[in-house]
Amino acid sequence: MARFAMVIDTVKCVGCMDCVVACKTENKVPEGFNRDWITTDAKGKFPTVQMEIRSERCNHCDNPPCVYCCPTKASHVHDLGGVVLVHHHMCIGCKACLASCPYDARFIHPDGYADKCTFCIHRVEKGLDPACVAVCPTHCMYFGDLDDVESQVSKLLLERKNHALIPEAGTRPEIYYLI
Amino acid sequence: MIELTTTRHNELIDPIVHVWGWEIPIYLFIGGWVAGMMILSGYFFMKGRGKEYHCVCYRIPLLALGLITLGMLALFLDLEHKFYVWRLYTTFAVKSPMSWGAWLLLLLYPTLFIIFLLQVPDWISTRWPILHSWSQKLRSVKAITKIVGMVNIVMGIILGTYTGILLSALGARPLWNSAILCILFLVSGLSTAAAMVHMIAKERAERELLARADNLFLFMELLVLALFFIGLLSSTNVQIQSAMLLLNGPYAAVFWVFVVLLGIVVPLFIQNLAVNHKIIHTPVSPIMVIIGGLILRFIIVSAGQFSHYANAHFIR
Repeated sequence: MARFAMVIDTVKCVGCMDCVVACKTENKVPEGFNRDWITTDAKGKFPTVQMEIRSERCNHCDNPPCVYCCPTKASHVHDLGGVVLVHHHMCIGCKACLASCPYDARFIHPDGYADKCTFCIHRVEKGLDPACVAVCPTHCMYFGDLDDVESQVSKLLLERKNHALIPEAGTRPEIYYLI
Repeated sequence: MIELTTTRHNELIDPIVHVWGWEIPIYLFIGGWVAGMMILSGYFFMKGRGKEYHCVCYRIPLLALGLITLGMLALFLDLEHKFYVWRLYTTFAVKSPMSWGAWLLLLLYPTLFIIFLLQVPDWISTRWPILHSWSQKLRSVKAITKIVGMVNIVMGIILGTYTGILLSALGARPLWNSAILCILFLVSGLSTAAAMVHMIAKERAERELLARADNLFLFMELLVLALFFIGLLSSTNVQIQSAMLLLNGPYAAVFWVFVVLLGIVVPLFIQNLAVNHKIIHTPVSPIMVIIGGLILRFIIVSAGQFSHYANAHFIR
């Protein structure tokens, strides 16, 4: 079994939004919607100000509330790597999954179904990296299998300090930010 | 595709989650209202007092049937992928309250139809005599009336609590993270149902009994509201902030004036005077109770979506 995860180095990220554009192009994300986005998080008071730039998306949680609340099982965990996906033809558009996500990562596609990041599963199945990772000009994004202790993502998480987003929501997110 | 903006501005999500508009609060309100009606009429049938308490047994089940249909229509209107609604009935998702609700709504129709059959109103039985004969067959065995009453009480309790669990199961919204939300909606459903009966009942004894019951339910609602806030306020920061949305934040004026004051306290006061024969009974207070119940659902759904783990922008 694999457990796919993404590790993003916030020290290297400059917030260029190439990942956002790559995702929109690769996945034909409709105009006005985003599956990934950049968050600029500034903390502190001048002169001790800290800024973290993060490329954010669905966290493909290990304990995914969006999958549990789905009344039709359209939201599901994919066999490969624990990726959270939506069967478009099974979604009724009730929006419970949108409300249940602490990251607000989902949206309603203009065609009526719930849509979100897929970790570019169509690319990953061919052995490629997700589009956002592949295009990153600063190489700050890493994609891999956490179940494999030899993978780059596992090693980075051992070597570097990191944090996930809103762990207190109990969803066990699988995107980690190196600090 | 030409798009210059790359920051997120997803419809229904940004700047604040607002995935559910008027349809879901209306549905939750009607669900609670019908649940209260089922419990009340079920109770009087179970006690074998259908004749004495004419309105609650005679008119309410039919009204509940009509209302739940309206509620389901509102629920359907909320769906974004309407032609796929049948997918609800191709599976049963144990962890999804919405899936439970979809199947529960199917079971509600036969339950409500049988309690309606126990006492078919004249204007219907003269038009469809077959209903009258079915009704007589059902009533010929006394145990059936009792069992149907009990089943309605149980189904009413499940429906009333489910409307709250639907929200509290969505863990990302701190305001809804309270197991007592389902009790709040159940008690509010009972008070609005009792208000409906004592508003339309013609018999004085029935009107007074239901007004007394309504007073009890309103008092319980105040207690449950207090427990709801005690639970949130003694929890973590996000839960405290979400409670503050209602207590002194952007929703405070509507909450205190329309839900607490005009929806519970003032009608409780008026009805208390009315049942003690100090003033005459008018439809004013039951209408206030019903509108208060409706606004409670709107405010909980709206403020719940406003409450958030990360963007605690409502923190003062």
